[in-house]
Amino acid sequence: MYNKGTIIPGLIIFVGLMLFAIFNNFGEKVEPPKPEKPVGYKECVKPLQYMKESHMELLNVWRDEVIREGKREQVAAGGAMYEKSLQNGCMHCHTSKKKFCDTCHEYASVYPYCWDCHVAPQENMALEEAK
Amino acid sequence: MDSSRRKFLKIAGISAVAGIGAPSALNMLMKNEVQASSAGGEHGAQTEAHGEQGGHGAAPTGKRYGMVIDAVKFHENQGLAEKCIAACHDYFNVPNFGNKKDEIKWLWQMPFTNAFPGDESHYKKDDRTHAMQFMVLCNHCDNPPCVRACPTKATFKNADGIVMMDFHRCIGCRFCMAACPYGARSFNWRDPRGSKDGVPFIKKVNPEFPTRMRGVVEKCSFCDLRVKRGLQPLCVEATGDTKAMVFGDLNDPNSEVSQVLRARFTIQRKPSLGTMPSVFYII
Repeated sequence: MYNKGTIIPGLIIFVGLMLFAIFNNFGEKVEPPKPEKPVGYKECVKPLQYMKESHMELLNVWRDEVIREGKREQVAAGGAMYEKSLQNGCMHCHTSKKKFCDTCHEYASVYPYCWDCHVAPQENMALEEAK
Repeated sequence: MDSSRRKFLKIAGISAVAGIGAPSALNMLMKNEVQASSAGGEHGAQTEAHGEQGGHGAAPTGKRYGMVIDAVKFHENQGLAEKCIAACHDYFNVPNFGNKKDEIKWLWQMPFTNAFPGDESHYKKDDRTHAMQFMVLCNHCDNPPCVRACPTKATFKNADGIVMMDFHRCIGCRFCMAACPYGARSFNWRDPRGSKDGVPFIKKVNPEFPTRMRGVVEKCSFCDLRVKRGLQPLCVEATGDTKAMVFGDLNDPNSEVSQVLRARFTIQRKPSLGTMPSVFYII
């Protein structure tokens, strides 16, 4: 092999650099995100597991139903009725974007553009009815 | 050798004729069948198209929302127009960029010559008509050119005849703005959430309605979200008891709009374009 002297150390350095991130974080415990659940509410509009996995799909379905098909009827959850709306429905109970949405989204490194247009509720504004 | 070449040419010729002829023959047969079976269906489609036209042939079954604007009442009640505009623009988070060029308009005012170009005769109309300002908004046309121009179906006509915008889908190509003959669509050249010299473009954000982002077209929605709940549009509500604006179902002969339209002489904006506007004016 030609240039053995440079290639092999070079390869070792390259592989070492590539694997540095793995070695560096090995064994380190990463806490799973703990989104803050709304106080005083027991049930969401869909089962918990579905909401965890597919809330984005539900939001898309709601969007199409509300805007395109004009189906603005409310949905029931835990004996109460809610708007099919991110701003006026979801955020009615989940009053903090920072403590609910962002915790998981940052953990998973996803940055949906909902809030470019939709207005997040003001932080530290607990709902009267939940108290 | 000779005979086999002869045979080959014969077979090749026959198969070429069959290859070219068979599909067209088959097509002709198929077409005949389709034509025979569609005779009944076509008739149904025709009656349906008549229903959409409204007023011709069979009675229309769907809703078609429309509005009558009494320009005289707006002229007599100074300040009423501004009240209506504020009611609309405040609720829907319509930004004010403080710049005529970038202006976002859902509901605004125009003098007669601008609102109804081509309607002036060479004789002067009465001074009052020329002094009046006309409330203009999206006409929610029955035959909306913006909907045909939109490449993403971000704008569409819903079941109630309201021309809607789905801001999620708008890519900001502005074809709809070029297609709209009424200038009813505005483009967000700047971020509506921004500010200039410390003054935010949206004075007070209404938390019940989203804002828009830069690069999105917006327009009046006939307060679709209120109409669905049985409420009147915000501008109509703001006119109060003056009846300067009347909103309702044009397809329902007993609705208030239909009664006003029967009783009073009204004009539409640029009716000759064939867009069939749903907004009518008493002048």
